[in-house]
Amino acid sequence: MRFKPFQATLAAALALGLGLAAPASRAAPGDRYVLVTHAADSDSWWNTIKNSIKQAGDDFGVAVDYRGSGNGDLAEMARQLESAAARNYKGVAFDIANFDQLKGPAAKISAKGIPIVTINSGTPEESTKIGAIMHVGQGEYDAGKAAGDRAKAAGIKSFVCVNHYATNNASFERCQGYADAIGVKDWRSSSMIDTGMDPTVVSAKLTAYLRAHPKTQAILALGPNAAEPAIKVVEDLHLKGAINFGTFDLSPAIIAGIKSGTIQYAIDQQPYLQGYMGIAALVIAHDKNTKDPATIIAALKANPKFQARLKEYDLKPIYTANGVSSGPAFVTKDNVATVEKYAGQYR
Amino acid sequence: MSAINESVTHMIQRQRTNAQEAAKPTDERVRKISPWRVLLDRPELGSIAGTVLVFVFFAITAGDSGMFALDGVINWAKVAGYLGILAVGACLLMIAGEFDLSIGSMIGFAGVVVAIPPMYLGWPLWASVIAAFLVCMALGWLNGYLVMRTKLPSFIVTLAFMFILRGLTLVLSTTFANSTIVSGVGSKFDESPLVSGLFSGTTFHGLFSFLASHGIIESFPNGEPVVGGIPKVLLWWIGLAVVAGFVLARTRFGNWIYTVGGDANAAKNVGVPVRRVKISLFVFTAFCACLFGVLQVAEFGSAASDRGLQKEFEAIIAVVIGGTLLTGGFGSVIGACFGAIIFGVVQIGISYTNIDSDWYRVFLGGMLLIAVLFNHYIRSRAASTK
Repeated sequence: MRFKPFQATLAAALALGLGLAAPASRAAPGDRYVLVTHAADSDSWWNTIKNSIKQAGDDFGVAVDYRGSGNGDLAEMARQLESAAARNYKGVAFDIANFDQLKGPAAKISAKGIPIVTINSGTPEESTKIGAIMHVGQGEYDAGKAAGDRAKAAGIKSFVCVNHYATNNASFERCQGYADAIGVKDWRSSSMIDTGMDPTVVSAKLTAYLRAHPKTQAILALGPNAAEPAIKVVEDLHLKGAINFGTFDLSPAIIAGIKSGTIQYAIDQQPYLQGYMGIAALVIAHDKNTKDPATIIAALKANPKFQARLKEYDLKPIYTANGVSSGPAFVTKDNVATVEKYAGQYR
Repeated sequence: MSAINESVTHMIQRQRTNAQEAAKPTDERVRKISPWRVLLDRPELGSIAGTVLVFVFFAITAGDSGMFALDGVINWAKVAGYLGILAVGACLLMIAGEFDLSIGSMIGFAGVVVAIPPMYLGWPLWASVIAAFLVCMALGWLNGYLVMRTKLPSFIVTLAFMFILRGLTLVLSTTFANSTIVSGVGSKFDESPLVSGLFSGTTFHGLFSFLASHGIIESFPNGEPVVGGIPKVLLWWIGLAVVAGFVLARTRFGNWIYTVGGDANAAKNVGVPVRRVKISLFVFTAFCACLFGVLQVAEFGSAASDRGLQKEFEAIIAVVIGGTLLTGGFGSVIGACFGAIIFGVVQIGISYTNIDSDWYRVFLGGMLLIAVLFNHYIRSRAASTK
């Protein structure tokens, strides 16, 4: 699941979503690919992905369409997938926002012999069940574990997970991964605070926790909504530099926090890779007439245009046996300048 | 002569006092009411009792955790203060018989209206703050005007604005900042002493430093007091509550508010300007929501399109806990303030206890239900002994 608080505002976008939905270009389908997502059209996090599929289209000389779901409604997304099957695209990429709801429409695409690559939400197992060639996303547990391993290396034994979106499973997995890595057993009752979205409440609860547990060595914020108030708390309690502060995702305030040393690292799932590699894998699968992820990854690795993009935006994909993970990548003081330059566009 | 005069005066005075004392019970139209009775009839009684209950609960479960140390108190008081500002506005409006469901969205909207002009259009901060208040109050007026003009329930009209304003907030922030968070406003506040003096940070810093240096309050290892002062949000809350409470209890306009909420038709027939009263209360509620938004932008240095989510419900809960009738015509500002305290304390208090945070929402809802039931019980007891 793309893990940002925007779902909450989707209801609000309802009033505007339908009006803003970009009209589909009606060109005859030649070598045309499509990315279908669950995201509302006004969701800014997906800007990066929209930009990335455009560049993938340029690099590989194909046309790429983007189809959001108006207001984030999964029924709308299912219809978009069905129409993608009907339009005979050369390949379809989409995110598994909900496996049960999307497997039906996905089967219609596979039935026509159209290759599928899944991105962002969902697990590699779900992706295989859907019949996709591969999955490009970030395992939430793995990302949390990678952060925890990093913390463990710094000698961290206790932490507090600032969870602003407690009803989302991704939040749970992120904290679980971190807790497992540093060896905290009873983390749900001892090391997690359910803060909600309101920054006043986030900061009040984190302050309360840190005052009640002064020996806490690390903070793990699950996104900008948790991290931005936490920056203020850390500074107000004079804990800057004394507490190991990591966060998921990026925002201007988080970048400023990394520069000033309040935040040690941000975990980035590199959405650019999800969009770019999703489309690139489909094009390679079509051109080489293969469904073998290893062959596709080899072709991607050998592609000079893709390698140039990686270098330019300082992106680091993590290749696995049957696919590729877009994250976690760590943003620290060392590489924050590049990230800042492209924040919101390609990072 | 003077002696006679004096004794006559004494006699007359004695007679007068006797007459007064005798006259009291003879007026059969005025029932004798005990002071206890007067207390029980106050709408805020239940919420004060509920507050005591909540404090007792946390004193037992989290008494030694620092929740009632100075910084702990400021910590939850701030949450109560933010909510209290909203509750004051929502309370007056609810007594007048109307709701405003758009205040939560208006918080987010006010935030981006404050943040975007100085960041992207080169406005000075004070101008954007004034603009935010004007725009919000105009929207409040529009809400009120539509409700009065169409006679539709305010529930529906303001529900529409809840969506419209949340959507506009998203449009503004994504159009200008290409993100749903508009960051970097903090530096603009630092550059504008007038605006930050009104809205950001704390006050009485000197006093707290003095107390800390004499060891009266706790301090950090570097000598800074753990509490740098009284947060501005608390001063705003207290100020608003005092003004609104005075207007409601002591002025003609306050009487109009009760009358309008009790029976708008009857009020109209006796010459109360119903439309003006209600519309001005919608404007006041919008002012409170805008103040919330501005204070939050000042505190966190950023505006975001998801600020104020569900605050309209929290405000209504606080007001109802405070003894105000959902149907209007009865309630008090003090009660709403205690309702906000209950909500704030319960919301933050659980972090000080050892309760598993998965249970937080269950606990919050449960405590609120208990507070309301307790409040209701106290009041029905009070009513039945009449």
